[in-house]
Amino acid sequence: MGLLNRLDNPYNISPGIVLGTMEDLLNWGRARSDWYLQFGLACCAIEFMALNASHYDLMRFGCIPRTSPRQADFIIISGTVTLKMAERIKRLYEQMAEPKYVLAMGSCSICGGPYWKEGYHVLKGVDRIIPVDVYVPGCPPRPEAFFDGMIKLQEKINKQKIFEKRARVAQEDAKNGNIGNIHLPHGWEEVK
Amino acid sequence: MNPKDIFELLKKEIGDQALELVEKEYHDPFIVVRANSIVETCLVLRDDPNTLFDYLVNLSGVDDKDKFVVVYHLYSLKHRHRIVLKVYLDRENPHIPTVERVWRSANWHEREAYDMFGIVFDGHSDLRRILCPYDWEGHPLRKDYKTPDYYKGIKVPL
Amino acid sequence: MSETKTFEIDFGKVYSERMRLNVGPQHPSTHGVLRLEVELEGEVVTEIVPHIGYLHRCFEKHAENVTYPQVIPYIDRMDYISSMNNEFPYVLGMEKLLGIEVPEKVQYIRVICAELNRIANHQIAIATFGLDSGAFTPFLYYFRDREMIITLFEKLSGGRLLYNYFWIGGLMHDVHPTFAEDCLEIVKQVRKTNDEALDLLMYNKIFVERTANIGILPADVAINYGCSGPVLRGSGVPYDLRKVEPYSIYDKFDFDVVVGKGEMGTLGDCWDRNIVRVREIYESCKIIEQAIEQMPKEPCDVRQAVPKRIKPPVGEFYCRAENPKGELGFYIISDGSPKPTRVRARATSFVNLSVLPEISKGYMIADLIMILGSLDIVLGEIDR
Repeated sequence: MGLLNRLDNPYNISPGIVLGTMEDLLNWGRARSDWYLQFGLACCAIEFMALNASHYDLMRFGCIPRTSPRQADFIIISGTVTLKMAERIKRLYEQMAEPKYVLAMGSCSICGGPYWKEGYHVLKGVDRIIPVDVYVPGCPPRPEAFFDGMIKLQEKINKQKIFEKRARVAQEDAKNGNIGNIHLPHGWEEVK
Repeated sequence: MNPKDIFELLKKEIGDQALELVEKEYHDPFIVVRANSIVETCLVLRDDPNTLFDYLVNLSGVDDKDKFVVVYHLYSLKHRHRIVLKVYLDRENPHIPTVERVWRSANWHEREAYDMFGIVFDGHSDLRRILCPYDWEGHPLRKDYKTPDYYKGIKVPL
Repeated sequence: MSETKTFEIDFGKVYSERMRLNVGPQHPSTHGVLRLEVELEGEVVTEIVPHIGYLHRCFEKHAENVTYPQVIPYIDRMDYISSMNNEFPYVLGMEKLLGIEVPEKVQYIRVICAELNRIANHQIAIATFGLDSGAFTPFLYYFRDREMIITLFEKLSGGRLLYNYFWIGGLMHDVHPTFAEDCLEIVKQVRKTNDEALDLLMYNKIFVERTANIGILPADVAINYGCSGPVLRGSGVPYDLRKVEPYSIYDKFDFDVVVGKGEMGTLGDCWDRNIVRVREIYESCKIIEQAIEQMPKEPCDVRQAVPKRIKPPVGEFYCRAENPKGELGFYIISDGSPKPTRVRARATSFVNLSVLPEISKGYMIADLIMILGSLDIVLGEIDR
């Protein structure tokens, strides 16, 4: 799918020259330099620290921690989300620039984990407040499990069709006679 | 000092405000004190050279079905002895003076007991909720507490 | 330690304005989801209000609704950096209540696991403290070693972080045959890294400048606030439950209680609190070596004393043990049913954090981060 796969293609014209679409190139770049929001919640954050340290070395995935949500491509919900924290998480997510992804790490952020029954103050799954792209189960997940989730996220980014979507929107606009309109984000349609 | 001597000392200092000493099997020995004399009791226990309870280990609220109990675990770093104080409170209107001025560590413990049980500590400098959000309703560790269905539009139960 | 030159400049009548600054809950230096509301006058902290509860996971409510052995996994998730140590006071207290005598080998394995986890906890504490001050290298070194301990625990219990290894009356499994050799290898490596870290971090001039004479906590204030662990010992109070009230088999080992001495500055500053942790790692190594030497070699059924059905008598008690962060206690009330009526956790970090507003006033905002790092808090335990 990605550009690097085409490098292995024996029908390349010559070594050093790769044929591909602009979309492939963009996706390739985006998937391999995912910057994440440096943000820990609970137990999984300790496992996440171990992921960043010498043994597992998350940086080989091109993941660099950013302390500001404005510079981050994806956010890792590493731990239990409580009701007090929920609005903070939502705000952090809203502060991130599109395209943005969410990786729910650990059972707590998937469904409440061990706190599902009596947890009066625990949010039973972060997908009740923000959309989640990849779920990594475990309590806490092993670093290898997280890598698997990371690869899944890269696959997802690789498959995205930015230009097609834009072309489709333009076609629909042409059909509706809305040529030249500025495309506003979702939820702003009524403002014209 | 063993619990009996401590109880005798309390009897001498504060009279019959110290209600009884309970030493049962499977129980840490504890002294039951009236709510309105708790500060006096604690000051005696902290400052008397024979007791010197300078370390408030733990302060917990307990829901004992018909009553609320505030339990103080005290320890002396010098004499290395310990005692438990218990204050029984009315369930309808639980009020007790704060011991924040005796041991500063009581500040957060009392805030937590207020948050979890709704026990009001009179004279506390900053009696707010500590763990739950400030706009939370109810006191979660009461036995009759019901988990809310919604909080700020988020569904709470699974 | 060092002489600082002061320049006498007449600033005239320029005053910087007061401002309220919000730190956290998403902040790389708050060690989790702590929120601090800081009032500053220029750069100087004048008031600080901690807001906690962003990780309140209702531990005490859960403990009332599960059976006694089922409480242990929730205890693991309180102070998730040192799970083995967390389980220790709870199982000790329950065994006392039920009158269970555990086999000798189990005691030794517990002590070794607890001390290994103490090392792992202190490694994280020192590493992240270094990270707060801008030192990244000790973090990598310490996490390399911590990975060895974690791998050993994984062999024992199957979990990397949360173990559920101590059971009431025994252990989950017996140790693997090469357990003793693995431990000795770890101890050797830990000592080596610690020696390096002393030079790399603790005696580093930049680090000393950042931490000495910062956040001074006098002993009487520490006691009044109920501090324990390295925070209290850093102020020069030799209070270690392993020594003053030996539980389990800690009276069989020869080790020292490390206290701060004010070597680099005033007694009870950030540097003192941190050096206590570094030196405690050596003491833990000593305990592990002695325990391995004394431990019975023949295999034993570690579950032989585990009761089939736990129904303790009516009673209430407070049990405590020395966590890496200080005194962890559980106040357990039993009404004779298989579920506890109340489990109140005397969380170490909760009490230790409450001293922060007291000791951080009058310091720079950058020093606040160092003071917070030196308290070694974990939010899972504060909020429970």
